[in-house]
Amino acid sequence: MLEAILGGLRLVATLDLRLWEIVALSLAVSLSAVALATLLGLPLGAAIAVGRFPGRQAAIVVLNALMGLPPVVVGLFIYLLLSRAGPLGELGLLFTPSAMVIAQTVLVLPIIAALARQAVEDAWREYEEQLRSLGVDGLRGALTVLWDIRFSLLTAVLAGLGRASAEVGAVMIVGGNIDGVTRVMTTTIALETSKGDLPLALGLGIVLIAIVLALNAGAHLVKQAAERRYG
Amino acid sequence: MNGILPLRLEDVSFAAGGRTLIERVSLTLEPGSSTIVLGANGAGKSVLMRLMHGLLAPSSGRVAWSTQGPRRRQAMVFQRPVMLRRSALANVLYALDAAGVPAEQQARLAREALEEVGLTHLAGRPARVLSGGEQQRLALARAWALHPEVLFLDEPTANLDPGATREIEAVIKAFDVSGTKIVMSTHSLGQARRLGDEVIFLHQGRVVERAPIERFFPQPASPEAAAFVKGELPWA
Repeated sequence: MLEAILGGLRLVATLDLRLWEIVALSLAVSLSAVALATLLGLPLGAAIAVGRFPGRQAAIVVLNALMGLPPVVVGLFIYLLLSRAGPLGELGLLFTPSAMVIAQTVLVLPIIAALARQAVEDAWREYEEQLRSLGVDGLRGALTVLWDIRFSLLTAVLAGLGRASAEVGAVMIVGGNIDGVTRVMTTTIALETSKGDLPLALGLGIVLIAIVLALNAGAHLVKQAAERRYG
Repeated sequence: MNGILPLRLEDVSFAAGGRTLIERVSLTLEPGSSTIVLGANGAGKSVLMRLMHGLLAPSSGRVAWSTQGPRRRQAMVFQRPVMLRRSALANVLYALDAAGVPAEQQARLAREALEEVGLTHLAGRPARVLSGGEQQRLALARAWALHPEVLFLDEPTANLDPGATREIEAVIKAFDVSGTKIVMSTHSLGQARRLGDEVIFLHQGRVVERAPIERFFPQPASPEAAAFVKGELPWA
């Protein structure tokens, strides 16, 4: 056991090329997915928060429920969409990093949108009267609030990133865990553990946790600085 | 330029949550004199101001301006102003932009407004870190920049200390001098006397009395107003 941990640390410390390729791909996939989901999810959440339309309550319930989507189910759906016989089969995306980005975007989008919806709605209660008095309504109001609470929204984005970097099921199914092509940290850990190569699995585990910690610490510092700066 | 005043309220009622907060109010606001809306807590002062300003729609009755001017012909300053997380200057610019003021005029109007309220030296400071009094002056600057025909103020100094209150009152006076019609709710009788020309007295959602300041305080005509004045000034 101790041997395996030491082996893992050695891989990390010696900048093992195979390990770092996997780390780089993981980051590229998860960060792309989170960026896409942020781009789509923040406006979506804000629109539901500020908008008044029939079915709004139902939309909120569905959105909140989608936060708990099982990754393997999302993986399965995207697999069916992208498989050769599927409606998007022509694109030939299955078992590529692009497919993994799509799957993780679908997985993360509800998290970011639902948390943004809650944050914008809370802020809107404070801003609405003032903004309406200034003649600002609807879309412009939503964008104003979104921008004004941008640092609080970091939390929503981080929650999405946590989800993306931690999940195995979706990327496993649509990526196929192909060595050197679609193998990411979580799928490698699962595979190597079952094969008994504990040092690589542990090394990746250490890196994964360190990355998540570093990102959260960074975001925390940004948020604190912003609060001091802008009140 | 055709004014948006007079503002007419015809038989306006407002109910929310099964309670009638404003009951059959009819009144006309003419340009010129400063109008103070007086009344105890819960009398409906804030609701009445919001009905006039258009933030609330009456449950029945009609709120009608003489002409449907652009939104920026009227402005409102709230008890607790909401500032955006950006600089003081940017908050004024935002209001100008929202009001559709042409971009080339915005900077000048915003600078003049900050100068008017004495915040020029804090123009670059984030608005949310300003003190309560400074934020309220910034809210007044935001209104000043629009040069509104009517300014509604909902207990603008309720949360402020006497020093800040004096500064706010000076700016309100300046609005009055510049020709903006003041409509202000307060429960400070001293402030009513310092700033007002006439009083609209509300009691339980109804207008029970409307009178010039110099008549209202010595001789309130209604028993409710008499009790209110006496209660606020027990030594009188």
